[in-house]
Amino acid sequence: MIENKLALLAIPMLPLIGALLAGFLGNTLGRAFAHSVTILGVAAAFVLSCFVFQDVMAGKTFNGAIYTWLVTGETRLEVGFLIDSLTATMMLVVTFVSLMVHIYSIGYMADDDGYTRFFAYIALFTFAMLMLVMSNNFLQLFFGWEAVGLVSYLLIGFWYKRPTAIKANLKAFLVNRVGDFGFLIGIGLVFAYFGTLDYQVTFALAQNFKDTIIEPVPGWQWSLMSAICIGLFIGAMGKSAQFPLHVWLPDSMEGPSPISALIHAATMVTAGIFMVARMSPLFEMSETALSMVLIIGAITALFMGFLGIVQNDIKRVVAYSTLSQLGYMTVALGASAYSVAIFHLMTHAFFKALLFLGAGSVIIGMHHVQDMRYMGGIRKYMKITWITSLIGSLALIGTPFFSGFYSKDSIIEAVKHSQIDGSGFAYVAVVLGVFVTAFYSFRMYFMVFHGKERFDDVHHAHDHDAHGDDHEHHGLAKGDKPHESPWVVTVPLIMLAIPSVFIGLYTIEPMLFGNFFKGVIAVAPNHDSLAALRSHFTGWAGMALHGLQTLPFWLAVAGVTLAWYFYMKRPDIPAAIQQKFSVIHALLDNKYYLDRFNEWAFAGGARKIGNALWKFGDVTIIDGIMVDGTAKVIGWFAGAARVIQSGYLYTYAFWMILGVFGLLSIVFVKLV
Amino acid sequence: MPTSSYILSLTIWVPILAGVLVLFLHHEAQKPAARVVALVGSMLGLLVAIPLWSGFDNASAAMQFVERTAWISRYNIHYALGVDGISMLFVLLNSFTTVLVIISSWQVIQEKVSQYLAAFLIMSGLINGVFAATDAILFYLFFEAMLIPMFLIIGVWGGPRRVYAAVKFFLYTLLGSLLMLVALIYLYNVTNGSFDILDFHRVPLGITAQTLIFLAFFASFAVKVPMWPVHTWLPDAHVEAPTGGSVILAAITLKIGAYGFLRFNLPIAPDASQALSGFIIALSLIAVVYIGLVALVQSDMKKLIAYSSIAHMGFVTLGFFIFNVQGVEGGLVQMISHGFISAALFFCIGVLYDRVHSREISAYGGVVNTMPKFAFFAVLFAMANSGLPATSGFVGEFMVILGAMKVNFWYAFVAATTLVLGAAYSLWMVKRVIFGDIANDDVRALTDINSREIVILTALALLIIFMGVYPKPFTDVMHVSVDALLKHVAIGKLN
Repeated sequence: MIENKLALLAIPMLPLIGALLAGFLGNTLGRAFAHSVTILGVAAAFVLSCFVFQDVMAGKTFNGAIYTWLVTGETRLEVGFLIDSLTATMMLVVTFVSLMVHIYSIGYMADDDGYTRFFAYIALFTFAMLMLVMSNNFLQLFFGWEAVGLVSYLLIGFWYKRPTAIKANLKAFLVNRVGDFGFLIGIGLVFAYFGTLDYQVTFALAQNFKDTIIEPVPGWQWSLMSAICIGLFIGAMGKSAQFPLHVWLPDSMEGPSPISALIHAATMVTAGIFMVARMSPLFEMSETALSMVLIIGAITALFMGFLGIVQNDIKRVVAYSTLSQLGYMTVALGASAYSVAIFHLMTHAFFKALLFLGAGSVIIGMHHVQDMRYMGGIRKYMKITWITSLIGSLALIGTPFFSGFYSKDSIIEAVKHSQIDGSGFAYVAVVLGVFVTAFYSFRMYFMVFHGKERFDDVHHAHDHDAHGDDHEHHGLAKGDKPHESPWVVTVPLIMLAIPSVFIGLYTIEPMLFGNFFKGVIAVAPNHDSLAALRSHFTGWAGMALHGLQTLPFWLAVAGVTLAWYFYMKRPDIPAAIQQKFSVIHALLDNKYYLDRFNEWAFAGGARKIGNALWKFGDVTIIDGIMVDGTAKVIGWFAGAARVIQSGYLYTYAFWMILGVFGLLSIVFVKLV
Repeated sequence: MPTSSYILSLTIWVPILAGVLVLFLHHEAQKPAARVVALVGSMLGLLVAIPLWSGFDNASAAMQFVERTAWISRYNIHYALGVDGISMLFVLLNSFTTVLVIISSWQVIQEKVSQYLAAFLIMSGLINGVFAATDAILFYLFFEAMLIPMFLIIGVWGGPRRVYAAVKFFLYTLLGSLLMLVALIYLYNVTNGSFDILDFHRVPLGITAQTLIFLAFFASFAVKVPMWPVHTWLPDAHVEAPTGGSVILAAITLKIGAYGFLRFNLPIAPDASQALSGFIIALSLIAVVYIGLVALVQSDMKKLIAYSSIAHMGFVTLGFFIFNVQGVEGGLVQMISHGFISAALFFCIGVLYDRVHSREISAYGGVVNTMPKFAFFAVLFAMANSGLPATSGFVGEFMVILGAMKVNFWYAFVAATTLVLGAAYSLWMVKRVIFGDIANDDVRALTDINSREIVILTALALLIIFMGVYPKPFTDVMHVSVDALLKHVAIGKLN
């Protein structure tokens, strides 16, 4: 048991205090104040999280209330913390990446008018995310869930003058709300049947409801646990951008790059993954739900990867890669390999934050050009960015010994041994996905860092659809070369590159095969898809060496080679393919036409129905026929009587008020 | 509690007397004096209401701060006041909101200042009377009298179609309340000559009588809430009303209808309430979805918020008629929360209207560029309106959805669509009004909110966040009264 409740409370509260100070006093006290106070808060939270992690390692956990939010009937809804190995891992990841992003932003946001506002937002985000992961109940989980969504909304729309940004943030919020709708239904079912929102109590009670059947439609029987889990998972689909609720994430790149790294890659979007892992005792009771998780994850992993291939905006490539990697994590969840999902969540947080911050560094170096067609050969000018981005890319594609290898390979192995319906499809998807990932990652890498310098092309192009951050002009002046970013930018890159390489080999044994998640993550014996991997595991070196002989590794090599051949040797080939298979290219370029469909069916449909209800229901039927019709009939009768009335409303009103006074005054007469 | 038995009278008569006093300050030169007197009066009104909170006994379901004096002995009518956990908070809410309305009119209202301020003060007292009356006739009097100042506020200080709106408002609400009067007289007869509302609660009634009584009250209260399909007066009234009128209308008068359900329909006709609950729930859910969609397509900000109010009140009636603790308490919390949020939103629209004189969404765009402080508040309130956790808007909806899930999966399912719809209409409006580049010269010329406006919006913002973060003090007040009511409804009157 962790004794110091105050220290736990301080972890989310310090970033919050930083956010409030920066937000309300930042304009008066200046930029240095804003970034110092928020960095101080987040750094303190990180340090405290390290201590908490140490405590958890020593076997000390915490599960208790901070205060009672409200009492309703028999149920006490509380705000409280559950600190165990899962939470402690998330706290470390969140505070560390957040700290890096804070420091990086000093450089990245240096020219921006919204500097202090930016720091207030990201510190507020850190608070919300910590509340989410530290929660011991569904209420607070939902609070954190929506609060990170709020900050995401504010940050996607950070450059509020840009029409695309304010469209993207509205879309992000609404799509997330669709997910939250399912999430709330899941929470509602938990409350209705278990009478509690506390995790541990829920998990304990759920055992008694394993076989409960509900019948929302007479004759259509649902398993209660399946209904709960599917509801919760729909929430995860929104937040973790799983197909078909993924549509908001690519557009979220409208926000500044540091938040793409922090929120839309490393932390917030993994909240859904974290949540399902946290709910593993519930999901283990529903193979239907697991199967759905597996299939949705597999679709996302593969088909979002395809989209990464046709993007030219550097951030969008990383965004689609994030979608695809989130799909991998979801697949792991569906295969009941929750610990692997969290493991990949962690390694991904480091290397994807690195890739985004690297992309951001390139964008600064390029004076806010994001289109890779105008880059090339940057390695000469931005050495640190180049090397760290290469490390990030190698980790992403699962190069043996890099962190991404351990987590991705474990996912593939777990799916291979999963017995859940859909695991065959998922296996094909994740294996094929390795090739796709390697291809688009190194397509980006080669286009940006190698090959011919195409900086001047931007001046010839009239196509400005991939323009960068909010500046009057962007792009390098003619003849100018990119320059390496300042140290506040490069130091975080280096700090993230280190775990991107080493965190996997260092932690795989305890996290996947040891007791790290014992009692935290539940896996039913017949769902134990990690058993085979566990029995073969001979240590990190052995696993990496074995990895060199497996299909995924060679697929990755093939992907990299093909990217090299296409974009370094024969750039004419991709162009030719694009022409020859224009239908497929159009399909990918239009993101499978999902955005257009949503726009037409949901956004347009809701407005059409709303208009019809209003014009026909309210205006014509209710007002036109019922109200005004009645008034006309009355008016017709009243016409005769009107002659003898004064007609001044005020006169009538005056007499009525006088009457009231008269009546009430009698009371006072009686009182006296 | 005899020691504190004048408190409720004070909450009623202090504002009314202040209002009368202000009426005398009607000369041009007396404008500043009228404002000061009105402000002091409204603040006194709030001050005298505070003992209701501090002295309230959370453990008692009985009426508290009771006052009872014979009034018209011949018909056994009493000047009888008292509040329980259901009504107490509304007296405070009303007294508080009145202070804000008086402050908000400081500069904006230049025509007939004293009459305007007096109307609000008098209305405030009358509304407190509605919530405090425990004698049915006294209730009825306050209930009707309260319409008059509101009618005048819309009719005199309103927009171009103010007379149409005022008459529509008046007729709609008056028609319903006549049926209520009939029901009250019937109940007077069956209780052998009592107008005590608590006697009405106790008197046994057959199912037919209950049904008729239920429908009579329903006709009156459903209009006030307003429930679909008798809601169309509200958007018109809001559009024409001055800012203060809209604020009181949304924050307080809508609550009177919902309060009436709890004070009259449920306890007097418990079996009919149960029998007809499906009907009320259906209307409530229609309000959430239908009205939510209608709100989406409004081009006038006030209409949009008016429709949003109807949708949010749908949660209140839904919560009341699922007959469980979460539902009823959630409904009450939603009423108070909506009091804060709708008031805040109408104040915000007022801020814009005072500067640009348009309520059309299309007349704005990029307001954040010229009014960053205002934008902060507007986004906060829009988020609260979409039920963001840690704002009060979340608490009530969350509780009602939890309660509904206990009763029927589909009630909760349909109600939960508000997560999407509420966010869609609130934030789409924010996008078009607040965000974006400066849309036109009117927006470019905007000046940010002044200190008076900041005071109002900050007060509401703090309350909204406080209630979202720590709703317990609000619900603690309600528990015992709500439990007693639910037990009473469960037992019914037929055995």
